[in-house]
Amino acid sequence: MCARDIRRDFPILDQEVNGYPFVYLDSAATSQKPSQVIEAVSDYYRQDNSNVHRGVHTVGTRATEAYEGARESVRSFIGASKTEEIIFTRGTTEAINLVARGYADKHIQAGDEILITQMEHHSNLIPWQQVAKRTGATLSYIPMEPDGTISLEQVRQSVTRQTKLVAITHLSNVLGTINPIADITKIVHAHGGVVLVDGAQAVPHMTVNVTALDCDFYAFSGHKMCGPTGIGVLYGKRELLEVMEPVQFGGEMIDFVELYDSTWKELPWRFEAGTPIIAGAVGLKAAIDYLTEVGYDYIEAHVAMLTDYAMKQLRALGGITIYGPEHRSGLITFNLDDVHPHDTATVLDSYGIAVRAGHHCAQPLMKWLEVTATARASFYLYNTTEDVDRLVEGLKNAKEFFGDVF
Amino acid sequence: MSFNNLDTLYRQVIMDHYKNPRNKGTLADDAITLEMNNPTCGDRIQLHFIIEDDTVIDAKFEGEGCSISLASASMMTQAVKGKQVNEALEMAQYFSQMMLGQEPETDDLELGDIQALQGVQKFPARIKCATLAWKAMEKAIDKKNE
Repeated sequence: MCARDIRRDFPILDQEVNGYPFVYLDSAATSQKPSQVIEAVSDYYRQDNSNVHRGVHTVGTRATEAYEGARESVRSFIGASKTEEIIFTRGTTEAINLVARGYADKHIQAGDEILITQMEHHSNLIPWQQVAKRTGATLSYIPMEPDGTISLEQVRQSVTRQTKLVAITHLSNVLGTINPIADITKIVHAHGGVVLVDGAQAVPHMTVNVTALDCDFYAFSGHKMCGPTGIGVLYGKRELLEVMEPVQFGGEMIDFVELYDSTWKELPWRFEAGTPIIAGAVGLKAAIDYLTEVGYDYIEAHVAMLTDYAMKQLRALGGITIYGPEHRSGLITFNLDDVHPHDTATVLDSYGIAVRAGHHCAQPLMKWLEVTATARASFYLYNTTEDVDRLVEGLKNAKEFFGDVF
Repeated sequence: MSFNNLDTLYRQVIMDHYKNPRNKGTLADDAITLEMNNPTCGDRIQLHFIIEDDTVIDAKFEGEGCSISLASASMMTQAVKGKQVNEALEMAQYFSQMMLGQEPETDDLELGDIQALQGVQKFPARIKCATLAWKAMEKAIDKKNE
């Protein structure tokens, strides 16, 4: 297998942008979708579309089987022990908000502490600010090392008996830092707290086994791992989901409804009010099948090779600041000296190269880095070393263009 | 070498304003101060205006952002300084129409360097950069009128 064969699975890459072959280096924002996923979603609508868990007709049964089959596929993919521990959500953000409202609001009170890090994406930061405001709990931060990593020593010093919940990213969307979740979980559990992991960036790039990590909640999105937008997953340990309250009410999630009171369905459906994201789940299953077939060994090795290659090329370019630790996964956040990242991104776009520029939904981290914005190139299984060469060429042009002016 | 269509966006006059911003700084404490940011990208601008008798007596800005947003702020302060408040608002309206690709009436407006930003309309992702300072100016005038 090679990157060239994989590229053929992604029809969007076969186009020109601004007169140049398209180079997509923004997979950390959202990944592209292979034909296998696009067709699975399309086939579902063409052949199996019906509502799930209701009615007795044949096509409805097929839709239910497809939806629940996707849940089983997710369970096995992330190594959860029980299918009812898999809740479908709209994405990582909704999954984290569900835990914040449904679990944290009930089980955290004034005097308790919620512990997070300054490298969190806004989606794993603002929900906890809000829980702290609603409950009177304290929100604290585990200090980061100067290279943008979290040391276990700092974790040990930060976690106390008051720490009821630690929410942390598995893989930083800005720094590329991979956090030692299994070790962190051990420390937090020893003090009686629970751990929620934001896996939005990790799941696309590495084998994740929630049982081995022993985390209590794990959230991720389909769209960053070759799946459709609008589908995500909350994994939660059964005993915690049992004491979590639904935050959305309506059809599909109820057991008995009377005039003034109702009871809820068993797990996981009590957290999936309304017609669920059926086509999204079907697409997510297709994405899991696709990534599994390509193989995470290949994906990890290929992305690591591209990242190393790009790091070397960018350093050789000179006049560039790269943020984050040496050991990183899949992305490089950087700034060209004296060129604002928007300007860098506009120049690259004029050569058909898509990178992200801005604060990457991580304003507190930008403050820590002492910048207002950065550019970010992120790699995935369909990228090639030619893509990196094009990036480097584009950055040379940006330097020359802005260098001419100054 | 050729730089694609970049020259339509980054005209020399824009780069001049970026490199040598006009009216950069602050004003006395009693000036109207207004801060605005572009939450999607992190650009931030702080305007300081002195308005007396419906005239913009002085205008200064500080900020962090890309070449387009800072050049636009520089041009905006230059354009509205000494103008009647209603003229300044008219310019802001002209500017937002220009960004939408419309061709508004300009008969009695002294546009000067602002015209150089016309190319931004071809770069939809950058329009918000260009309009930030103008939106802030409209708000600053609103603040004075409160």
